[in-house]
Amino acid sequence: MSTAKTEREPMFSAKIKKLLLGPLNKDNPITVQVLGICSALAVTVKLEPAFVMALSVTAVTAISNLSISLLRNTIPPRIRIIVQLTVIAALVILVDQILKAYVYDVSKQLSVFVGLIITNCIIMGRLEAFAMANKPWPSFVDGVGNGVGYGIILIIVAFFRELLGSGTIWGYHVMPKAFYELGYVNNGLMILPPMALIVVGIIIWVQRAKNPDLQEEN
Amino acid sequence: MKALRKQLDKIKPQFQKGGKFEKLHSTFDAFETFLFVPDKTTSHGSHIRDSIDMKRTMSLVVIALIPALLFGIWNVGHQHFLSHGETVAFWDKVLYGLWKVLPIIVVSYVTGLAIEFAFAQIRHHEVNEGFLVSGMLIPLVVPPDIPLWMVSLATAFAVIIGKEVFGGTGMNILNPALTARAFLFFAYPAQISGDKVWIAEKADAFSGATPLAEAAAGISAETVNFTHNFMEMFMGTIPGSIGETSTLAILIGAAILVFTGVGSLRIMVSVALGGIFMGGLLNLASVNAYMDVPFYYHLVMGGFAFGMVFMATDPVTASQTNKGKLIYGFLIGVMAVLIRVLNPAYPEGMMLAILLMNVFAPLIDHYVVEANIKRRLKRMKPAKA
Repeated sequence: MSTAKTEREPMFSAKIKKLLLGPLNKDNPITVQVLGICSALAVTVKLEPAFVMALSVTAVTAISNLSISLLRNTIPPRIRIIVQLTVIAALVILVDQILKAYVYDVSKQLSVFVGLIITNCIIMGRLEAFAMANKPWPSFVDGVGNGVGYGIILIIVAFFRELLGSGTIWGYHVMPKAFYELGYVNNGLMILPPMALIVVGIIIWVQRAKNPDLQEEN
Repeated sequence: MKALRKQLDKIKPQFQKGGKFEKLHSTFDAFETFLFVPDKTTSHGSHIRDSIDMKRTMSLVVIALIPALLFGIWNVGHQHFLSHGETVAFWDKVLYGLWKVLPIIVVSYVTGLAIEFAFAQIRHHEVNEGFLVSGMLIPLVVPPDIPLWMVSLATAFAVIIGKEVFGGTGMNILNPALTARAFLFFAYPAQISGDKVWIAEKADAFSGATPLAEAAAGISAETVNFTHNFMEMFMGTIPGSIGETSTLAILIGAAILVFTGVGSLRIMVSVALGGIFMGGLLNLASVNAYMDVPFYYHLVMGGFAFGMVFMATDPVTASQTNKGKLIYGFLIGVMAVLIRVLNPAYPEGMMLAILLMNVFAPLIDHYVVEANIKRRLKRMKPAKA
């Protein structure tokens, strides 16, 4: 403790960098910790809602991590879950209102899934595992890192689902007309939720094949 | 034969450790064991070895599929010319059928085997023979007009996602051929369901409805009007997927499977019993015209017979215990008829019923084994006391 007080850590030390970049790969909330799967299946049919969802979740994880970290010494341990939920719920309502005000169509498409951010395991998990025991700045960075880690997977999945399922990216047609004339047909299975699960599975497969230390020993 | 063996022996060292083509060992091994019975002997313990290995088991299934395939080829031609109102000679129908069916078979085998060989090579495994059967089953369960790239994509999906991710042949949860069909069914519904796809290059004016579609119309109509009678459905001169129309040809295949001990008679019989039971029950309920369709029709319509003989009996994905096989088969029959009659969105319930029970098969086995242990423990207790 004494050393920490005497010399202040720099804003972007190696530790902070690890907090930010770890969730993008080896600590990814979706592909490694397998959290927040339900919304990953539900909102990834199109790229645009997936992107908005990724932004919303990142905002909520970052700010809730920051607030809980600020409050962490004043929260009685027995009621900490309720306090955490209140903070998350307040933030989610804010996000919901903002989405309704600025991107109404997307907010319509996301429907209940914005509200369900409250129950997203990633957020609660980070609050419990990190924000309750760490200082505000690292907590904030951790929140951003996990939000972005979640978002990246969402965007990858949505990219493939929209491209193969609807032939579009961000609503614009990208599959050449010539393909359709040759008999190409959009893949209806891509639009159904099971395919999101399979795409996430393939991402996990590729990631594990690349990182031998993620593989369990048999 | 001897010349072939000699040639193989000559090039064999190059594929073994330290040889020039060491990396292609799996590929060489696959071809060698495909042509000759492997000369491997067991070195530990005493195991009884039979000369019938997986390759030969699989070959027997492919042989059992031949009657259905040949009939399917003829029927594709027959239905095509029938829809155009032309009467042509037997061989013209066969030629037309070959022209339609052969490309599908070739695409299915080439795609699937290429992936199998690639995976075996990467993992340094032997090439698994399971695909010899799947590669023949996939063409038989698709409509004759299916675009070839879809066949290829579905095969790739079935082999990679349905089988290789679980560890290859013998480790898969779902039947690969049915996985391919389910993929096509959900991904490209326009090309594999409805009334238009079951006859190759159908004339527009001709109704191409399968008996199943006609029966499904009975959910909301007064009566079910079959264009074909029971005998035609049994013989197979009806529109449908390539290999599933003729119950007779499939039964010949079933006889081969049962006689050689490759297919489980238990499963086949219990699937049929399940179908008859559920069909009979619905006959008694008789709320709409579909429910009034006599129960024995279910056995000859659509893919029931094909699924019963070739899909449900897949030794990897079926239940392993004898009692389990009975439960597994019976439930497939029940589900298939249930989905057909009560869910208008899925006219053919056999595919979904088998896939569902594939998932349940290990659970059924678990409880059968547990029950057996419990029963035997009980027998022990009084002796102790």
